[in-house]
Amino acid sequence: MTGTIDPTVVHLTVFVLAVFVGYHVVWNVTPALHTPLMSVTNAISSVIMVGAILAAGPGSFGFGSLLGAVAVGLVAINTFGGFLVTQRMLEMFKRKSKGDGK
Amino acid sequence: MSSNQVALWYLVASVLFILALKGLSHPESARRGNLFGMIGMAIAVLTTLTLAERYDLILLAILIGGAIGAVVARRVQMTQMPELVAAMHSLVGMAAVLIAVAVVNNPTAFDLPDPLPTGSRLELFIGTFVGAITFSGSVIAFGKLAGLGKHFRLFSSAPVVFKGQHLLNLVAALVMIGFGIAFFLAPREAQWPPFLVMTAIAFVLGVLIIIPIGGADMPVVISMLNSYSGWAAAGIGFSLGNSMLIIAGSLVGSSGAILSYIMCRAMNRSFFSVILGGFGGAEGQVAAGTGDKQVKSGSADDVAFLLGNAESVIVVPGYGLAVARAQHAVAEMVEKLIHKGVKVRYAIHPVAGRMPGHMNVLLAEAEVPYDQVFEMEDINSDFGTTDVAFVLGANDVVNPLAEQPGSPIHGMPILEAHKARTVLVNKRSMAAGYAGLDNPLFYMERTMMVFGDAKKVVEDIVKALE
Repeated sequence: MTGTIDPTVVHLTVFVLAVFVGYHVVWNVTPALHTPLMSVTNAISSVIMVGAILAAGPGSFGFGSLLGAVAVGLVAINTFGGFLVTQRMLEMFKRKSKGDGK
Repeated sequence: MSSNQVALWYLVASVLFILALKGLSHPESARRGNLFGMIGMAIAVLTTLTLAERYDLILLAILIGGAIGAVVARRVQMTQMPELVAAMHSLVGMAAVLIAVAVVNNPTAFDLPDPLPTGSRLELFIGTFVGAITFSGSVIAFGKLAGLGKHFRLFSSAPVVFKGQHLLNLVAALVMIGFGIAFFLAPREAQWPPFLVMTAIAFVLGVLIIIPIGGADMPVVISMLNSYSGWAAAGIGFSLGNSMLIIAGSLVGSSGAILSYIMCRAMNRSFFSVILGGFGGAEGQVAAGTGDKQVKSGSADDVAFLLGNAESVIVVPGYGLAVARAQHAVAEMVEKLIHKGVKVRYAIHPVAGRMPGHMNVLLAEAEVPYDQVFEMEDINSDFGTTDVAFVLGANDVVNPLAEQPGSPIHGMPILEAHKARTVLVNKRSMAAGYAGLDNPLFYMERTMMVFGDAKKVVEDIVKALE
């Protein structure tokens, strides 16, 4: 075996391992919290903003910067909306109300 | 910042995302998990910002998008969560497409070689078409969930089916892949035409895939699109060579896939039969052949009497309850009963709402403590020893026909409400559920029907309990 490892192979390794982690973590999520799971995964997928920032980043303005800026704006809705609505939902989940339950 | 530093910060963010999902294993740890998610996102964004040469556009975009997101998150009603989630999936899909176009336009902005190597183009092709399908599919799902079918037929909650549909989808998919191949074989100057045609077909394909799926299957569709939005993000992560995006995308993708599986299992439908569609539009049809069967019906006072004298009660809420906005009234009724010393629990079917876990959120909003709420497998064996099962706005999920071989819903897991000593059912009318089936539960000797709007009926019960 000679030569350097292709970056794609490294990424594939990361990908496969991440799918395994995701599989095990998500099966442990209690079914009662499946809706918050969906909204928080929505927020997490907005990390695609990283790509949008790179597109909007170059010093000279061009077509790519415009696309990037629009993409940043669109996913920022997800980032803020996703995390905040998840927080709002999770705050509703209370153990007992007014201490009169048995 | 050096590339290594950036990569290490991205690693920290990835770990925080995993912890965010891990926290959801219990309501108590979930809030902390969500905080981890937010910190991870902040780290990811701030780290990337150090790579940018100009900030004005980016910060303006974050400000506008963030403000919209924050307002929506505060205002959205819990019954509208499925619409919100569908809308957010579409944004991720669109962003993936925009980023892909930007990459083709100027790879050097992303530290990629120009012209793009064929490997990167293959990854870009995958990220783009998954993103485009996610976008247009989610728009259709949003329209169906928001009930826009009246204005625009594509949004109809009844399945839109036509002859040769599957063939058309297949041909469209093959043509799309063909242009994808043309894209990664094309020289730099000739990349745009195949790329744009491929993307356009993917947008159309997203619409075609979702329109034949009926209203009852929306919990599966929304989970599936959740999954797609993750794979789209992962695809873009591959093209940009960004491990964090790959990790985050895979977490979301596998989460959505598992939820789709759970929803399919709860409806006893195979994933393929849902995708191929044409089911679940027959809501509200009056069940045929009920003429000779007798239904026993009673008043709210009768229900209050039975509930008040029971030792144990299980409440089975369905989406009809949420439609009638009766959650708060039900919570009040249960509090009254518990005060009287009755043991009351809620039993939730996985597809009780319009998306996974929806009913739990609706009950939590009505301040129902989560330790009174039980999942189907945890409570099903208790129905046999329960005095009263009170079914509110649910139908198919308590239909004993599911246990009968040969019935259309045979094999679907149900809440065994029919095993309780007494069964109370509140419904607006004798209309059948999504599956369009009659429900033998309503005609049992031990069953009493209470017709009327759920909110009104429950409020009357609360009054009678006093």
